[in-house]
Amino acid sequence: MATDTTTHPAADERLKTESFGARLMKRPELGAIAGVILVTVFFVLTADPAMFTLSGIVNFMTPAAQLGILAIGAALLMVGGEFDLSIGSMVAFAGLFFGAATVAVGLPLLLAIPLTFLFAAAVGAVNGTIVIRSGLPSFIVTLAFLFILRGLSLVGLKAVTGGSTQLRGVRDATEGDPLAPFFSGDAFGPVFAWAADRGVIETFGNGTPKVPGLPVEIVWFVALAAVATWLLLRTPAGNWIFAAGGDTLAATNSGVPVRRVKIALFMLTACCAALVAIITVMDAGSTDARRGFQKEFEAIIAAVIGGCLLTGGYGSAVGAFFGAIIFGMVVIGLGYTSFDQDWFQVFLGGMLLIAVLFNNAIRKRVTGER
Amino acid sequence: MNGDTAFHHGDAPAGAPIVEMKDIEKHFGNIIALAGVSFDVHPGECHCLLGDNGAGKSTFIKTMSGVHRPTRGEILFEGRPMSFNSPRDAMEAGIATVFQDLAMIPLMSVTRNFFMGREPTVGRGPFKRMDVDRMNAVTMERMREMGIALRAPDQAVGTLSGGERQTVAIARAVHFGAKVLILDEPTSALGVRQTSNVLATIDKVRKQGIGVVFISHNVRHALAVGDRFTVLNRGRTLGTAKRGEITPEALQDMMAGGQEMAQLEGSLGGTV
Repeated sequence: MATDTTTHPAADERLKTESFGARLMKRPELGAIAGVILVTVFFVLTADPAMFTLSGIVNFMTPAAQLGILAIGAALLMVGGEFDLSIGSMVAFAGLFFGAATVAVGLPLLLAIPLTFLFAAAVGAVNGTIVIRSGLPSFIVTLAFLFILRGLSLVGLKAVTGGSTQLRGVRDATEGDPLAPFFSGDAFGPVFAWAADRGVIETFGNGTPKVPGLPVEIVWFVALAAVATWLLLRTPAGNWIFAAGGDTLAATNSGVPVRRVKIALFMLTACCAALVAIITVMDAGSTDARRGFQKEFEAIIAAVIGGCLLTGGYGSAVGAFFGAIIFGMVVIGLGYTSFDQDWFQVFLGGMLLIAVLFNNAIRKRVTGER
Repeated sequence: MNGDTAFHHGDAPAGAPIVEMKDIEKHFGNIIALAGVSFDVHPGECHCLLGDNGAGKSTFIKTMSGVHRPTRGEILFEGRPMSFNSPRDAMEAGIATVFQDLAMIPLMSVTRNFFMGREPTVGRGPFKRMDVDRMNAVTMERMREMGIALRAPDQAVGTLSGGERQTVAIARAVHFGAKVLILDEPTSALGVRQTSNVLATIDKVRKQGIGVVFISHNVRHALAVGDRFTVLNRGRTLGTAKRGEITPEALQDMMAGGQEMAQLEGSLGGTV
């Protein structure tokens, strides 16, 4: 944003000039960035140094990316003033659809992937339409869908597999498909091989790099964070999202198509869930009814750590990006320390509480305690 | 204050009114909210609509701004009969309304609020984006014209005072080509100094040739800036007076409907 230094014809004598620090304090993602630094320092002090080697970083970035894709969608929706508690179940449901399309029907990815996204978008639109039309809190409507979609995934899996809650054979069905490299495995393999040849990155004894490439979910995660940030900060649609979440009535009166914006956000969140479903199902080669279990809470936690207000109208995609990274570091990082893995949940809850308190204080600063 | 202030600028300009409302009636079921109200506003004048609570002010301006359709009566906009189906229609014709709730979002920056719903863009296709530099420049410039020096265009609206928020809302309406600006009780919640700032803003807007409809129940605020005064009581107009032809006491009495007020003032010892 272009800051202004020249056009202060009569500066108010009661205003102190803002320091760089004070300006920084007003960024929604500040808390998440501070959190990343804090968590990094913690693990540098307590964890095995292997955590911060390239393979260690890829290790914790992979779950961070899978969560982060959901968290960015959830963050946009929260900025728009709504929640979606059904995204975890949506991962399972979209996974079932994708699995059935590839294994049972035998569609190529070129058809199966767009169909999965369309299907997810349709479910998101149903969610959004019910919320908007009924005026009910999205919390309760999507809570209903949390159970409906999870149940449908179970029933559907049994119907497709003839009684099992796991659908196998996705890898066989998708192997060799030209689209497969975009949704599974590692990206930039040649770059990593080149770097290994030069001795820039670690290699095994036989000269192959320890990390053969960047897992595709990390590429999707970074790309999605960049696009979502651009959308929020630089496009009219971003302005509408902030406006819709800030005050529905004021936004409507100013000509913002609030209904359309909110329904589109529900569809986007569902599509994020579908993307995670496609990537993880192809990675595992199978899909099951527990896929994405409780991911809705983790995604919302990452979004809140990233500076989203529960009341809407404030937050950032970059914040959710860092929120997800904190999450991945803690989940995987505890394994590199001598702490019990199960501290993870305590840590997560604590982070959430601190983030909410912090965000509350920030909001009061931004709105000048009014 | 007896009407002789810096804002004084003489009689209503001659010529055709921008908006003319003739014998407007509005019924809600068996309730007659408006029972024949006539009102007009000329370019560059500030026409005050005065009335006590329940007089029908809100219903009347909602009719003017397209929220309600009149049950009976005629609305002429620039001489042609008009029928607005929505506030959007009225807005596009050039009737902008600044409601008490202001349609502002405190958590968003002044710039984002200023252009909310009407963002200018550059680029095309997937690279279409908001013209942030121009938006910031326009916002700073428009606010400076209204006499407000923003710290920065990305300052949140929540950090502005009530008077400054009013000014943002007014500047926004003017920027987007309002020919008639309806202000619904713009000074009702403001302090003395902020009130004078808003009144000064109204004066600036009027000098740009925009017709201002100033709704108030405060006679002193109305007299400070108004060119003509129409009093509404129990859904009817009690008449229109020009500036200088009427005293604050007379206006006050008309608004309140007469005697009781005189008695009250007697016991309180002064004009309320």
